[in-house]
Amino acid sequence: MTTMTRPTVHKRGTADRIKKNLVSGKLSAVLILLPPALILFSLFVILPLVDAAYYSGFSWNGYGSPTDFVGTQNYTRLFDHSVFHTALWNTTKLILVSLIIQMPLALGLALLVYRKTPTNTLFRLVFFLPYILAEVAAGLIWSFVFDGDYGITASIFQSLGQESIYVLADHQWAFPAIMTVIVWKYFGFHMMIYIAALQSVPKDLIEAAKLEGAKPRQVALFVQIPLIKHALVVSGFFAIIGSLQIFDIIIPLTNGGPSNSTHTIVTYLYTFGLSRLNIGFGSAAAVVLFVLAIGFAFFYQRATTRGGRA
Amino acid sequence: MKNVTTRNTLRVILLILVASLVIAPLLASFFGGFKSNAELRTNPLWLPNSWNAENYIAIFLDGSFWRYLGNSFFISSMTVFLTLVVGAAAAYVFSQIRFFGSKMILSYLLLGLMFPFAAAILPLFIKVRDLGLLDTYWSVILPQTAFGLSLAILLFKAFFDQLPKELFEAAYLDGCSYLRFFWSFTLPLSTPILATVGVFVFVQSWNNFLLPLVVLNDRDIYTWPLGMMQFQGEYLTQWNMILAFVTLTITPAVIFFLAAQKYIVAGLTGGSVKG
Repeated sequence: MTTMTRPTVHKRGTADRIKKNLVSGKLSAVLILLPPALILFSLFVILPLVDAAYYSGFSWNGYGSPTDFVGTQNYTRLFDHSVFHTALWNTTKLILVSLIIQMPLALGLALLVYRKTPTNTLFRLVFFLPYILAEVAAGLIWSFVFDGDYGITASIFQSLGQESIYVLADHQWAFPAIMTVIVWKYFGFHMMIYIAALQSVPKDLIEAAKLEGAKPRQVALFVQIPLIKHALVVSGFFAIIGSLQIFDIIIPLTNGGPSNSTHTIVTYLYTFGLSRLNIGFGSAAAVVLFVLAIGFAFFYQRATTRGGRA
Repeated sequence: MKNVTTRNTLRVILLILVASLVIAPLLASFFGGFKSNAELRTNPLWLPNSWNAENYIAIFLDGSFWRYLGNSFFISSMTVFLTLVVGAAAAYVFSQIRFFGSKMILSYLLLGLMFPFAAAILPLFIKVRDLGLLDTYWSVILPQTAFGLSLAILLFKAFFDQLPKELFEAAYLDGCSYLRFFWSFTLPLSTPILATVGVFVFVQSWNNFLLPLVVLNDRDIYTWPLGMMQFQGEYLTQWNMILAFVTLTITPAVIFFLAAQKYIVAGLTGGSVKG
């Protein structure tokens, strides 16, 4: 009995020591590796968002500390402002265009180029190219395209014998022009998501459908598209969340004009909140943006997972 | 069989048509940089009459062009470096060490995946100003890093979780500490995911406009998108100069894209949550 115990005690001692080392090693590892992320994230992501909610209750120009508490007045002013209505409606239009025009276009092209051949790779690269360009650069190039004196649209009008239109200064055409640029800029991104999904569809399923006499269109509609539903859900999510945040591309194109008709939520927030130093008012717009984004994300996730179950 | 060939011809014609529409504005920009403004008026799209590179040369010789690119390069590189180091360190903790509350802290750090960056921009401006960072590189680098962390941690943790556990057990028996293991095993074994996240973060940072616009006023530290807007403001309707400038600034991005397309496509489509 005693001879049995001794080595056990000895063993337990080493085990404890190892365990202790492990714990202390763990502790120091956690204390060294985790805080940088926590501090940066809290300071520059969480805190600003909390601040936005706080500032939105004040009338404040950003100097000193906010003292002029106005309750919900910033929000009532915001929802009474016709430009904010335009911004909300424009953002809605961007979402609709993404879902109704951009995604089907991307899907159609993905079906045409998903197979791995050298020409397809080349087409894919070209289609994806606009996505990697900076929005500001893309916006500037297109503001040239739409220029009423120099642009490509101008020479199209002239060749048709018509007076050229300053597309981006025209109430009727400015926003459709912006939507064109946005489809041009982002469809390649959605296409790439679909291509990745299409390439993972088992080939024998497609072959089987073809042997049954299905036409390519039928294969796409009844075999491939149902099988990449997940990719469609993901790209729809990006389309909505991305549309909510459109800013960069508007600035070089119209800067929100003519007469504030092409604002989005973010250009509104920037123009009426930051550049005029209405920090409280702009923060109210930020809170609305935040709520919309989180609300969409939540609703979308519930809607799509429920759809997946059914 | 004949049906198949016509179908394929139609497909290729359609693709060429779309590809031309996609690439036409970019080519017009490239060609436009070689034209005079007068030529641009009559011929905005096609090849220039003569390949006169003086607009491009003028921009090359202008010091501010290089300064903008240099500023952007420094800011993007630092953002990548910090995101990789800080993000991988945190992800390593969540992947290797279980402790009380670790799951909650992870969920907290992943909250950023849902948050629209623009919603934080006003308080961010105030915060950066109060920290005395306005008009410094850090005013862009730190918030960018913070906003990139969630995605980085998510992707790193998923990758670290797949590394063989036996490796750590063996290393620990040889007296290797957690920190040491992180540095000598986890990081070197994770180059694919480090590259993917790094390229993604670099592109995001390189193209970022809103944050620098808000926190940088001093032209000397402008990033290139700000510099480009500044240039456009100075040249207004001298489209040939503006197009030359745009072409020159997007060329590095296009070359980078062609060289690293594998990582870019993987990072931007596979991992991107911010779209």
